[in-house]
Amino acid sequence: MASLILMPALSPTMTEGTIARWLRQPGEAVKSGDVIAEIETDKATMEVEAVEDGVFGKVLVPEGSENVAVNTPIAVLLEEGEDAAAAESVTRSADPAAGVTVAIETPSAPAIVEAPAIKQAEEEKDWGETKNITVREALRDAMAAELRRDEDVFLMGEEVAQYQGAYKISQGLLDEFGEKRVIDMPITEHGFTGMAVGAALTGLKPIVEFMTMNFSLQAIDHIINSAAKTLYMSGGQMGCPIVFRGPNGAAARVGAQHSQCFASWYAHIPGLKVVAPWSAADAKGLLRAAIRDPNPVVVLENEILYGQKFPCPTDEDFILPIGKAKIEREGKDVTLVAFSIMVGVALDAAAKLAEQGIDAEVINLRTIRPLDTETIIKSVKKTNRIVSVEEGWPVAGIGAEICTVAVEQAFDWLDAPPARVCGLDLPLPYASNLEKLALPKPEWVVEAVRKQFGD
Amino acid sequence: MDETTSASNRSNGPALSPETMKRAYKDMLLVRRFEEKAGQLYGMGLIGGFCHLYIGQEAVVVGIGLNMKQGDKSITSYRDHGQMLVAGMTARGVMAELTGRSGGYSRGKGGSMHMFSREKEFYGGHGIVGAQVALGTGLAFANHYRGTDEVSIVYFGEGASAQGQVYESFNLAALHKLPCIYVIENNRYGMGTSIERASASRDLSRNAEPWGIPSRKVDGMDVFAVHQAAQEAMEHCRAGKGPFLLEMETYRYRGHSMSDPAKYRQRTEVEEMRRTRDPIENLKAEMLRNGIGEEVFKDIETDVKAVVADAVEFAQTCPEPDESELWTDILVEA
Repeated sequence: MASLILMPALSPTMTEGTIARWLRQPGEAVKSGDVIAEIETDKATMEVEAVEDGVFGKVLVPEGSENVAVNTPIAVLLEEGEDAAAAESVTRSADPAAGVTVAIETPSAPAIVEAPAIKQAEEEKDWGETKNITVREALRDAMAAELRRDEDVFLMGEEVAQYQGAYKISQGLLDEFGEKRVIDMPITEHGFTGMAVGAALTGLKPIVEFMTMNFSLQAIDHIINSAAKTLYMSGGQMGCPIVFRGPNGAAARVGAQHSQCFASWYAHIPGLKVVAPWSAADAKGLLRAAIRDPNPVVVLENEILYGQKFPCPTDEDFILPIGKAKIEREGKDVTLVAFSIMVGVALDAAAKLAEQGIDAEVINLRTIRPLDTETIIKSVKKTNRIVSVEEGWPVAGIGAEICTVAVEQAFDWLDAPPARVCGLDLPLPYASNLEKLALPKPEWVVEAVRKQFGD
Repeated sequence: MDETTSASNRSNGPALSPETMKRAYKDMLLVRRFEEKAGQLYGMGLIGGFCHLYIGQEAVVVGIGLNMKQGDKSITSYRDHGQMLVAGMTARGVMAELTGRSGGYSRGKGGSMHMFSREKEFYGGHGIVGAQVALGTGLAFANHYRGTDEVSIVYFGEGASAQGQVYESFNLAALHKLPCIYVIENNRYGMGTSIERASASRDLSRNAEPWGIPSRKVDGMDVFAVHQAAQEAMEHCRAGKGPFLLEMETYRYRGHSMSDPAKYRQRTEVEEMRRTRDPIENLKAEMLRNGIGEEVFKDIETDVKAVVADAVEFAQTCPEPDESELWTDILVEA
């Protein structure tokens, strides 16, 4: 049967074009793939190929015609042996509604589809007896426990095996689990992170250690485009159970390229979870939860905290829920929200404020994404003031998010504008005195709080 | 002539039984007709965004596919429709994804460049040039970790072969002796830039030499040659000897994507390739020489047309994804 050749869309944005030239005459045989016309779009002159074999029947829109809308019938193609008269009949019945779908529609404002309510993480239970251990030991114990529990879990990274960890986090793991499951990698973050993500797509559960999170920048395409988005892009078929972990933020005098907080970078990405432990209990409980989570989780550790001791539950099953913040100090006058090493700074600030008669509540976020806004808002409604404390830069940082959440959800309860304490907006300097000047300290927090009280 | 035992006696490829030749012909024709139809639907505005057609390169994926067994994994770039059809994914599911419908492999949430099948061990469909090479190395790592003899087939273009992560992957695969076949589909043009203008390496089949990865340069327009090379590479990988590299010299007839006017090459170059090197026509000629009758081709053409027509019908009639799909599949419920 004769069929219509329609004005084709030749780019994602084309709605009309000009027929520059017809390259076939009526009666000529046409094979699929033959160029039959040239069409000018707003960007280029494109060749149009026949998509079916047949005989070129008739031109409906002559060459030189401008502003021909996409999907307008422009010619007739006859089947081999078909009479030229068939071209006439198909032309007369060229009703676009009959069999031709017109794709260019007037855009109408789509209704907003509300996000489903975030499922609240369960409350932390009382784990009983504790023992003082370092954050380093807590991280190692968490990985050892999960490596024992699940054969699909393995650890890979630079110096994780024979060297026992660049920061000695993986001490003893090679001995217990062998080189199949504790694997040294060459210094090629882009390649080995992609490899780990590929393995995770098949259902394995890699723990990727970055010697520091700064080097995760070499691999950030795989973390975002390959790990975080594949579940959605595959319509739910392919999850990516993987952990990316390593020390984040400033260490001590290592200069600008090795001193950066990536919390807001990774927290920005739907499809990722991001946790940032402070204490040894945080480290152990959150890392175990991250390894068991069926989603990609970024664990932002801190080098300076590695050697610090905290009480940590001894219960073999100890684990913490992702998505739940912890109130480290209860108070009634102001809410201090912090994560990672800044929790200690906020607690020091709270002690100084107590001396001045201000009773601060300190929230340890533990998880950056999904953010436990319920705990934050509940606290703000009690204290009526909020100050965010982070080591990272101010612009589009976690503090910006927390202040926005407070304004959006607790505006009427606020007695002062929300404030944020951040690292200074500059690359971190090397010189000891300059470095000290650039990073948040308890005094900055005290000052921010006092401002809220009109001082 | 006894069809089940006679075989092609071609000199530059291994003997293939008539049944295998018919399968190869049918698979190549399916990819060709599917892609032609996809191009047409794109022209009608039924497929949006980016759409990269495989027309011209069919022998590569079909010749390799003849050597794959259950459990073998494959992964490629955004020029992925051919790989999916050969992996055994349905024409309906692929076409419906192209039209952004609920019946698509990603329920309309992925599109042309992002389609996957857990069941058929097809791992995408990746829009970032070169990313699939490291990911595919990870698929091979998983085979190795689990101790299977399954192989990972990693397709990428000669354009991607300039990416740094390709060489990081070669190093990792060779270090760990991963069962990975790297297939460079050298179709001469990385978007609009010819290989001569993009690569100082003139012989891509030698690009893995420093890592001791064996390789072959293959006529990627000849399904017999592709089959032979793939067979060798598969045997190497299954024997635990580590990765293998195949450079397929092939050609894409269409532009890089649907919106590419292809002004960087002469029309005559494309016509010459179509006339003298077309993988489907050349296989047909060989089959005719082997006594396979015209009626066989007619039947195959009819079957393939029906499959594609059915896919088009399905892709236009099945509904768009429900609005509630907007918020699903962001995270797996823990």
